Amino acid sequence: MPSQPERERRLSPETRMTAKQLANTLKQQFKGIVSGPVEFRGELTLEVSDASRIAEVCQFAKAEQGFDFLVDLTTIDNYEEAPRWTAVYHIYGYEHFCHLRLKTSVSEEESELPTVSSVWRTANWHEREAYDMMGIRFAGHPDLRRILMWEGYPYFPLRKDFPLAGKPSEMPDVAFSDPAPLEGGPFVTVASGEDSTAREPRERNPEG
Amino acid sequence: MTATQQIEVKDSAARSAQAVDDLRDVQGEKMILNMGPSHPATHGVLRLVLELDGEIITKADPEIGYLHRGDEKIAENMTYNQFIPYTDRLDYLAPLANNVAYSLAVEKLLGIHDKLPERCQYIRVICCELARISAHLLGLGAFAMDVGALTVFLHTFTEREKIYNLIEALTGARFTTTYTRIGGLSRDLPEGWTDELAKFTQEVSVAIGEADKLLTRNKIFVDRTRDVGVINREDAIDFGLTGPNLRGSNMEYDLRKAHPYLVYDQLDFDVPYGEVGDCYDRYLVRMEEMRQSVRLLDQCLAKLPGGPVNVDDGKIILPDKQKVLSSMEELIHQFMLVTQGQDAPAGEVYFGAENPKGELGFYIFSKGGGVPYRLKIRAPSFANLSILSHTLPGHMISDVVAILGSLDFVMGECDR
Repeated sequence: MPSQPERERRLSPETRMTAKQLANTLKQQFKGIVSGPVEFRGELTLEVSDASRIAEVCQFAKAEQGFDFLVDLTTIDNYEEAPRWTAVYHIYGYEHFCHLRLKTSVSEEESELPTVSSVWRTANWHEREAYDMMGIRFAGHPDLRRILMWEGYPYFPLRKDFPLAGKPSEMPDVAFSDPAPLEGGPFVTVASGEDSTAREPRERNPEG
Repeated sequence: MTATQQIEVKDSAARSAQAVDDLRDVQGEKMILNMGPSHPATHGVLRLVLELDGEIITKADPEIGYLHRGDEKIAENMTYNQFIPYTDRLDYLAPLANNVAYSLAVEKLLGIHDKLPERCQYIRVICCELARISAHLLGLGAFAMDVGALTVFLHTFTEREKIYNLIEALTGARFTTTYTRIGGLSRDLPEGWTDELAKFTQEVSVAIGEADKLLTRNKIFVDRTRDVGVINREDAIDFGLTGPNLRGSNMEYDLRKAHPYLVYDQLDFDVPYGEVGDCYDRYLVRMEEMRQSVRLLDQCLAKLPGGPVNVDDGKIILPDKQKVLSSMEELIHQFMLVTQGQDAPAGEVYFGAENPKGELGFYIFSKGGGVPYRLKIRAPSFANLSILSHTLPGHMISDVVAILGSLDFVMGECDR
């Protein structure tokens, strides 16, 4: 950690880097593949068009820009849209208190991203969770196993085409894996990339 | 009929050489020990697969997921308000703080986070700090009990009982509070509640002092925790530790100071942090945080303003029941809110709050309408536990309980 006066200089409102400056530097460094930043509610989102270089972008952000904390790594299923998967990286720097969001997309056929667990070790578990829930693989991950579901579970439950009620699975020594009685509830939506009005039950069963 | 067996008797020199070889085999043999998922020190359903060389841990593999309920999937299928009860079940030792963090995230998405009435913000701060005291009391009590000091647990539980009584008076439930609503609170403070709270802050200060006397200079406790489970600052940041565990590792960082939400910027409190990053430092940080929370509660009580507790917007918060029965507009608002929820814009937000266990964050990706397209819960205990496979090797097996107790995790939010 930098010394106290150095920290104060970096954190003081006059001299401290803003998230926008950092985002633009990142964009400069990776010309052509980083676009944005898009601002919404005071948060900046950068889009990385080449998913195979996301680890490189992250490495630069950490080493050169002080983004030493990977807050969260998550994935979105853009069901019925291409490319199907979007990975979202929330990065934060304790040196400048700035928060950035990096997003990159990968197709269903590929379903593979380079790992960032060598950049931040916390990514190890986050990537295992992303693999467990969505089925996206992370190339170079040291230990890509399921983390929340049990080893050998056949489905990826956070995918939009996985029903809320669950699917029965044939697992030995598991008490039961019957579907839960949730299907058909008032807000149980259909699998679709549409907004919630189109996914609502009323849309599925129009009256009359 | 008797069976005869020929026994080979070597000379003594050959026998002792054989014994040395056997011993070498025993020494070289590693043992796999399953700790949990049902073990008193794993505070819930954490399972640790430990590889042991004698009493020394050579490898540790935490197995989580025993309490996985698919909260994120459930969230995609209900309106924003309907998910609030599920947040109670994340860190179930501090449900009020989870309610507040989630509501603030959705309010950020709706763009009403700076329009909350002051009274609502103060009450939410009271909720967060009450939850913090409650969670730390349990965390410390259980920690002390795990390393052999049972008395502290009984003291802290007496105080937690008082907090539960306060929460019951406030929300109607002791454990699963579901107190906040998007854009406000389910109800205002009940009459006389602030006096009860003022009485409690006095009593809990005494109890914290007692726990302090029982533990801080207790030779057994100090021996079991000092220089055990040392996590340096670089590792703590790299493994995504947050909250008291990060501050224990000599990092002065608190979301309430760095990115103040609610009215934390108008309140006076200090951020304690440790020096070495061992179990004892994490204990000290929690102890001091409780005192700071009491300070915050006292300030909130002194400053608590009057006025409404909900935003004045019929499209966000349920209208007054009397008006629903007598006015068309309110009736429509009520109907729309109940059937479709708040009409959120398309967009994405992340909001992290300083919860008792660390940074509880919600990432909401919305395509518009009353239901999130994707909701990700960034659970502090999940990241805090991921350091175990790095920290545990090299420690004695009896240190595991001390390290687990000092990390103070909750599986409800880790597994979601």
